[in-house]
Amino acid sequence: MADLTTIFAGRIRCPNPFWLASGPPANCGEQVMRAFDAGWGGAVWKTLGEPIVNVSSRYSSVDWNRQRMMGLNNIELITDRPLDLNLREISEVKKRYSKQAVIASLMVESKREHWHQIVKQAEDAGADGLELNFGCPHGMSERGMGSAVGQVPEYTELITGWVKEVARTPVLVKLTPNISDIRMVARAAKRGGADGLSAINTINSITGIDLDTLTPRPDVGAKSSHGGYCGPAVKPIALHMVQQVAGDEAARLPISGIGGVSAWQDAAEFILLGAGTVQVCTAAMHYGFRIVEDMIDGLSNWMDSKGFRTLDDFCGLSLARVVEWKNLDLNYKIVARIHPEKCIGCELCYTACWDGAHQCIHMDRVGARSGHNSHRTPAQIEAESRRRIAMTPIPKLDGASGNGAGPYATPLERIPRVDEVECVGCNLCALVCPVDGCITMEQMDTGRAPETWEQRMAALQKGGRC
Amino acid sequence: MSVYASDEFARRFAEIHPALGDQAALAEASRCLYCFDAPCTAACPTHIDVPRFIKKIASANLRGSARTILDANVLGASCARVCPVDVLCEGACVMHQYNKQPIEIGRLQRYAMDHYYGDGARAPFAVSTEKRLRVACIGAGPASLACAVELRKRGYGVTIFEARELPGGLNTYGVAEYKLRPADSLREVELVKSMGVEFRFGVRVGEGVALEDLEKEYAAIFIAVGLGPPEPLRMVDEYLEGVVDALRFIADYKVAQTIPVGKRVLVIGGGNTAIDAANAAKRLGAEEAGLIYRRSEREMPAFQFEFENSKLEGVRFYFQMQPVAVRADSSDARRVGSLECVRVELGAADESGRRRPHLVEGSNFLIPCDMVILATGQSRFLDFLTRVRGIQLSEGNVVVDPESGATSNPRYFAGGDCVNGGREVVDAVAEGKRAGIGIASWLEAQYG
Repeated sequence: MADLTTIFAGRIRCPNPFWLASGPPANCGEQVMRAFDAGWGGAVWKTLGEPIVNVSSRYSSVDWNRQRMMGLNNIELITDRPLDLNLREISEVKKRYSKQAVIASLMVESKREHWHQIVKQAEDAGADGLELNFGCPHGMSERGMGSAVGQVPEYTELITGWVKEVARTPVLVKLTPNISDIRMVARAAKRGGADGLSAINTINSITGIDLDTLTPRPDVGAKSSHGGYCGPAVKPIALHMVQQVAGDEAARLPISGIGGVSAWQDAAEFILLGAGTVQVCTAAMHYGFRIVEDMIDGLSNWMDSKGFRTLDDFCGLSLARVVEWKNLDLNYKIVARIHPEKCIGCELCYTACWDGAHQCIHMDRVGARSGHNSHRTPAQIEAESRRRIAMTPIPKLDGASGNGAGPYATPLERIPRVDEVECVGCNLCALVCPVDGCITMEQMDTGRAPETWEQRMAALQKGGRC
Repeated sequence: MSVYASDEFARRFAEIHPALGDQAALAEASRCLYCFDAPCTAACPTHIDVPRFIKKIASANLRGSARTILDANVLGASCARVCPVDVLCEGACVMHQYNKQPIEIGRLQRYAMDHYYGDGARAPFAVSTEKRLRVACIGAGPASLACAVELRKRGYGVTIFEARELPGGLNTYGVAEYKLRPADSLREVELVKSMGVEFRFGVRVGEGVALEDLEKEYAAIFIAVGLGPPEPLRMVDEYLEGVVDALRFIADYKVAQTIPVGKRVLVIGGGNTAIDAANAAKRLGAEEAGLIYRRSEREMPAFQFEFENSKLEGVRFYFQMQPVAVRADSSDARRVGSLECVRVELGAADESGRRRPHLVEGSNFLIPCDMVILATGQSRFLDFLTRVRGIQLSEGNVVVDPESGATSNPRYFAGGDCVNGGREVVDAVAEGKRAGIGIASWLEAQYG
């Protein structure tokens, strides 16, 4: 049985790496305690600071193909509850729940004494660590806080330094993705003395516009404002940024990975790229605290199946496999293979290859096979179908019509064929195929030794000199 | 209360496939994979671009969705209700190989078409009167309606001659009420009318108006007269009171609504019309409705889903029995009181591949009944068809070039049941559409 216990940034202990991210699910003590009851390993309290006033509405989302909340956007600011109340509740939670981690997210005016004061208050309340909110991209940034700090490495370093002057617990800096190179700020945080990083905060966004009222969402009295985007849609961006930071010597610190974590697989991926814990918000907002049960269970089962006993056994294992393009092997060759017994005949791979890739999938298993340069075009194929006369079959009089000719469930004429000589191995057909395992990418032996672009250029230059 | 009182009738003939709600339609539309060269489109005789109209539902472009349907099939609303989708679009859906449940194409099509008609049914096509030539269509059923639309799109004038009082053919008079109501059929005809098609009702060509006159007035003639009453079964006393032909029975209960249904009804035949009649008898209040078919379940030509549904409607099936005589009621010699049948054994397969029935001598028995509905093969309008000079017939069906509907007389084209021997509405629409295009290109070639 895998052991999920985590010690993050040297001193923050928790039973598992799943933390609630600073946001609406960690708004008050009652929520955080219920979350801990459900199994969460830690919670980053919704950002403490001078209480603000929020607007309504606050959220909007992007649905995809009838699935709700592929991405979520919010214009909610930091906590709107009195600081005293939040601090009392942090103490209460820490009294009742000693195993779970409570991290205080902080954001105050960029003045040294303000930061000193809030750090002291949070730690006195019992916080196990501090997370400096230098990432909030909306509202607070207009007031010189949040991402207004995180977008300027010098400010980040300066304020991190102020905090470290007084902090007794680990200090995490939460990074904004709304910047051209996240490593610059990560390095600044490290220079300022940060003990860890949280990445990423939300991404600047406008989710959409109501086409009746013409007001962008979320609608606040016929006006809107740019918000922070999160949820499953942002995971690839978050993974990329975590990898960038984790792979950078000058920025390397323990990382709490954030961005679209919805299931145990997402957590495993963040950890494989170097994250020590993950933070979750949108998924908890969508389905409630109960989702953590499968995150823990699934991750644990996967670790067992892989032979990983602890998180450290696989933390960062995939980092070495992210290299610069110039270091990829130009002689590695794969081609698409369609498994006809699994094919359902939707021909999505065919149209994708013709319109979106390299025109090397053909509908010619029946009739004359195309040469490499002569094929029926998609338009010709459709026109032939339209010209064919179809009639309602009366099965018992017309004889069994069945599904057409061929040894497979799908008629042979509807099963596409890959021209493996022409196939560039781009993956697109396998990506669009709705059937698991129907199109696989098979490695071909090119008979050539591995060679990167850099090596090839070097060889060419050498050859040129000869 | 009479079964024909409007509320009662509507209750008894509630739709078998109710409309999809907005949310359900969106969810179902989103399930469509959007196949390329989709097999559903290929299977549809009118080649409706199914994935395209479904994607338009998913994108909330309902007007565009309806247009996509109407482009291929002007009777898209009735086809959505009456098509045997199990053996057409939905039967071809790749989902059968994927997660088993095909996309509900029929109900999605209906959803788009309901929206279209609910939204004022604005004319979907541009029409013109640029061409002075006119075409006559004989019969106002689905084939002629589809043919007329193609001709109007291309600027030709069209007059449709119809022997009955109402247009729509079997869509109005012959489809089971729980699938399609006359009002829905007529609404669709209004759309055709709005494209400038002229209708003349109560005119039987060959009687009310001479073929020769039509030939003088019209550049081309489209024959879509459908089929006639059932062939006689040659039973003893076949025409006793209480014996009725299925299509007359169906037309009457749907439109005139005068026919009384018996308590014990027997339907003779094994096709879809026989099943429609038996189901209707049951819904109209028959205590028992039975269907008598001379071969077995395996040979019965009705669609499997119709058979399954009919059993659920409470129809009793008598297989391998051949009716030989209608027997009078003991208290009224003019009325049917029972049906005399003989048992049938099935021998070797005949040329249709079905086992040949043999009567078992001396096995006669009576089934009591007070109504007999004949739903065996329909006759051809041979009187009329043989008077059209130069058109070739095969087994009573008009022989045409399937691509263009052209008969062996260049001025005559034909489509629908009188060509295919009795198929589905969508087949008639497809044939009418191809003939309309065929007529237009012939006229173009003849007159420029």
